[in-house]
Amino acid sequence: MKINISHVAKLANLPLLDSEKQKFETQLSSILDYIAKLNEVDTSNVKDTSQVTGLENILREDKPLPSLSQKDALFQAKTTHNGFFAVKGIFENE
Amino acid sequence: MNNLTIKDAREKLTKKEISSVELTKHYLTIVKTYNEKLNAFLTISEKEALEQAESADKRIGEGDSTPLLGIPLALKDIYVTKGIKTTAASKVLEEYIPQYDGTAVMLLKNAGAVILGKTNLDAWAHGSSGENSDFGPTKNPYNTAFVPGGSSSGSPVTVASEMALAASGTDTGGSIRLPASFCNVVGLKPTYGRVSRYGVIAMSSSLDSIGHFTKTVEDNAMYLQVTAGSDPHDATTPPVAVPNYTKNIAKGVKGLRIGVPKEYFIEGLDPRIKKMIEDALKVYEKLGAEIIEVSLPHTSYAIEVYYIVQTAEVSSNLARYDGIRFGKDRSHFGDEAKRRIMLGTYVLSAGYYDAFYKKAMQVRTLLKQDFDKAFKTVDVIIAPVSPTIPWKLGDKADDPLAMYLSDIFTVHANLVGVPGLAIPVGFIDSLPVGMQIFGPHFSEEKLYQVGFAYEAVNPVWKERPNL
Repeated sequence: MKINISHVAKLANLPLLDSEKQKFETQLSSILDYIAKLNEVDTSNVKDTSQVTGLENILREDKPLPSLSQKDALFQAKTTHNGFFAVKGIFENE
Repeated sequence: MNNLTIKDAREKLTKKEISSVELTKHYLTIVKTYNEKLNAFLTISEKEALEQAESADKRIGEGDSTPLLGIPLALKDIYVTKGIKTTAASKVLEEYIPQYDGTAVMLLKNAGAVILGKTNLDAWAHGSSGENSDFGPTKNPYNTAFVPGGSSSGSPVTVASEMALAASGTDTGGSIRLPASFCNVVGLKPTYGRVSRYGVIAMSSSLDSIGHFTKTVEDNAMYLQVTAGSDPHDATTPPVAVPNYTKNIAKGVKGLRIGVPKEYFIEGLDPRIKKMIEDALKVYEKLGAEIIEVSLPHTSYAIEVYYIVQTAEVSSNLARYDGIRFGKDRSHFGDEAKRRIMLGTYVLSAGYYDAFYKKAMQVRTLLKQDFDKAFKTVDVIIAPVSPTIPWKLGDKADDPLAMYLSDIFTVHANLVGVPGLAIPVGFIDSLPVGMQIFGPHFSEEKLYQVGFAYEAVNPVWKERPNL
């Protein structure tokens, strides 16, 4: 099975070197060939399982509790501005 | 102090034969002597450990005797610790200092445990050998040319080489049971949701189980007594009562029905390991248990389901590391994290979701039904942990698929959420071998009884490495 590494890396926001792309393409294609074995299993009328505890709709009261101070929350950030995280503009012209 | 267990140490502390400060200094000395050789610790928190030991001694003086009070232990460096660097063994978090403690860490601290430091692992818990750490591989203390197993690689090594009395781990697809069996220690993967995941860096949220390593089964039960329970910070921890895990631990196995799944005794399983598990089953038979062959017919598909579900969840969990709030940017991920992120992104992407992810979720249902059905006729199931003995460092480094297949007997339990207890059964070529005991959800008390009965007859754990 062939995997389009450049497309997947873009979706995952992963910067890759050209030399890495070739290596990952070979490795991931062989892994995908292996896991494609699942197609042998008849799953008609089988429901999905995404969790195994059987818990549903775990809710709690919406009340404020002590949390990190603004200073603590920011202290690992590389760039901050006026007590907020600073991020690059997300629109091209900014 | 040789081969000291938590139970022994607690007795010595209570009788004032030794103080927690003395005990802590003793282990710190061993850590400093052997860590360079084994690379088990990434961070040693000596100052904090001695402060915690002092405060434990004060509590002991006041008559407190909680199970882990004054006990020096180590934490896998994926448990978030306030003020102490937490790296997940990845360059991305090389400088990350958390602002809070995870729930398990908080419970251990409140119980008076002493935290010696943070242990090495495959970066982000991705791996089966410890070699994927961005800070160098951990070495197996029984032979340093061999892997200790992973992803919790440093933790079992600290226990095996007596650098700590216990150590924490995480098990998403075998990351506690496999290294436990490679290092001759006891490792528990609890039921999914038995121990809170809050403040443990997430790998695969529907599979991650928060467990630990000890020398003996009873020590393991004492540790779980502290960490088990429902947590408002983790909505997947059900309000199931926490039993007293040590009270009936010596109950024995008379009349117990032990299932042996034929799908685990396949070609590819080292015949010497097979023989060792069969011998262990004979021990149980002698003790009055009944051995029954069972079938878990979808077993051979577990690894495929696992590498779809797990990588899908990894790609989602690791999406948060953007270098904005903390940590470095995404160019610092190592090869294995990149592979899993891309594989997960691919199986979730448009056009492939139904063929891979949805299919995997359906087969997961069948895997769960296999276990449910088996537990209608047996109380526990016993199986090998690994198809092979530990391999040489570097042997599988260039072949990710071969590395993935070493999880073939462990991923099943994570996909269905059942607990698994790995205990030592012997040595092959002077390297440790373990077996695993599965039970229904929340049957940890039973697993400890079963493990304890075997350990009493065959205390393999007493064979410590010659360093």
